[in-house]
Amino acid sequence: MGAVSARPDPPPAVLDVAGLSVRTGDHALVEDVSFHLGAGERVGLIGESGSGKSLTALAIMGLLPDELSASGHIRLREVERDLLSASETERSTLRGDRLGMVFQEPMTALNPLMRVGAQVAEVLRIHGAVSGREAATDRARDLLAAVELPDPERIARRYPHQLSGGQRQRVMLAMALANGPDLLICDEPTTALDVTVQAQMLKLIDDGVAARDSALLFISHDLAVVATVCDRILVMYGGRIVEAGPTRALLTRPRHPYTEGLMAASDLEAVDAAGRLPTIAGSVPPDGRFPDGCVFRNRCPRGDDACQAWPGWTGEQHDGVACWYPSGSGREAGRG
Amino acid sequence: MLVQLARRTAILLASLVVASILVFWFMWVLPGDPAQVALGTGATEEAVAEMQARFGTDRPVPVQYLDWVTGLPQLDFGQSYVTGAAIGPLIIDRLLVSLWLIGAGMLVALVIAVPLGTLSAVHHRRPLGTALAGVSQVGIAIPNFLAGILLIGLVSVSWQLLPAGGWVPPDQDVVQFLRRLLLPALSLGVIEGAVLARYVRSTVLNVLREDFLRTARAKGLTPGRALVRHGLRNAAVPVVTVLGLQLAVLLVGAVVVERVFVVPGLGSLLLDGVANRDLLLVQGVVMVLVVAVLLLNYLVDVLYTVLDPRLRATA
Repeated sequence: MGAVSARPDPPPAVLDVAGLSVRTGDHALVEDVSFHLGAGERVGLIGESGSGKSLTALAIMGLLPDELSASGHIRLREVERDLLSASETERSTLRGDRLGMVFQEPMTALNPLMRVGAQVAEVLRIHGAVSGREAATDRARDLLAAVELPDPERIARRYPHQLSGGQRQRVMLAMALANGPDLLICDEPTTALDVTVQAQMLKLIDDGVAARDSALLFISHDLAVVATVCDRILVMYGGRIVEAGPTRALLTRPRHPYTEGLMAASDLEAVDAAGRLPTIAGSVPPDGRFPDGCVFRNRCPRGDDACQAWPGWTGEQHDGVACWYPSGSGREAGRG
Repeated sequence: MLVQLARRTAILLASLVVASILVFWFMWVLPGDPAQVALGTGATEEAVAEMQARFGTDRPVPVQYLDWVTGLPQLDFGQSYVTGAAIGPLIIDRLLVSLWLIGAGMLVALVIAVPLGTLSAVHHRRPLGTALAGVSQVGIAIPNFLAGILLIGLVSVSWQLLPAGGWVPPDQDVVQFLRRLLLPALSLGVIEGAVLARYVRSTVLNVLREDFLRTARAKGLTPGRALVRHGLRNAAVPVVTVLGLQLAVLLVGAVVVERVFVVPGLGSLLLDGVANRDLLLVQGVVMVLVVAVLLLNYLVDVLYTVLDPRLRATA
């Protein structure tokens, strides 16, 4: 990305991802992804399933499945070594301590044979945040109380199957925030929850990161959810970041046709002449077999011959677009 | 949980009653009157009738059944038609020997299966995993009597390291006891271990794909520690099921292995009983084997609820 050099001096980033690619064999699932997060900053990563959002998160955590390999650079504040070249042992000392993560599926993310209090206490004890079993139990109960679980004393003694999805996800959040991480990654944390408890969960995430001044990387396909939580948004498609910008600007003046499509598809008031809700034509190609050049060109209303080459990045790293014909540039009028 | 335990216990008791009826019935429908068998074909009718009165086989069948079955809880299996000796103490004696053998066999099996299965699962994409899976495949293909014969040929005959058979009770001479236990336990356990290793491998493979294992790593555990702390207990639940089933197989395997190694266990007793047409003895041994299998299944069920809180539903 050419924009890196044009970037003005930013405050020291908590997380700096540069040229991240994730591959299976010779096939790229995530390609040349670069972004950074400052302390306390909330950044949304949006895109359809298969766009590479979760792989990006797992690469940062160091939890990619064995058959996938990551290349590029991932730097965490105050860590000398590039995370991608660090050993498994070094990375595991960062996970759960400086990096916390909440996964999408609360029903399977907790160990079914262990009381939830003990699972929260474990993350404290692994990193030596407290000494002794009792202190860990007490602190775990406080953490469960902090995510507004009623009667934390009783909940701590419960097994995961005795809790609702929303309660389990709060337990996950309590675990992820337990050691006050520099970065919290939430991968579709509310997707599996009832709409009624989604808002509560978002508020807890919001409060949790605010209290610890943690940076937040919030992954979702839901624009409305991201808009309520995040200061900035990164739009991913086909394993690449196709647009980035401040939340309000990006949602009011999307530049990439894919972002426009996402916006149109989430507007439930709008219907076309036939009375149908707008959709993005086509679907994400199976197995991540995206076209060369611009990954979106086979579904893009503006696609033409120029799009057979990757358009490159225009603008700042955190405010730009990768498109030959971005909206508002005057060029989209001349589409082929 | 108590309700479940009570329900399981009721099922166990009902199964025991049904099993005792079936075992009794099978022996009863076998051709050949015990008295006739005992006296030979040349016996007079009076002699046979007198013998039947002594055995009690002249009474109505339900009475005979009740007489037999009510003795069982006190370990009274009746008197042998052939030798006249009490069957109960004989069975207990032999059962103890078999339990040593089966216990040692199971121990060997577990010691082989858990590390072998876990390692081959963890390394399943690498040569080591494939090699370990291959070893276990070879083990499954060998019947345990053949393993016994091979072990005798190699260890006892060629290397002269251990006795080829026989039995010394542990309270008599521990060293001799262990020397004689080792080969039969190995031939029983190695094969069993190979079978079990495959189950351990596939359950560990499944557990490795679980989300909660990824969570454990996200908390800061290395993959190895995550597997030990969170994975193995989860893998134990399905393995225990198979273990229960395999113990029943082991009981049957012991019958054969005892023969090969001349171990005076329950299996030898059963085969002797069959050879001598000692029906009441056979009936007693078969009943003990059936009780053992039912009891094992019961214990496995109870063990489940200990291992997995999800099965402790309060319904």
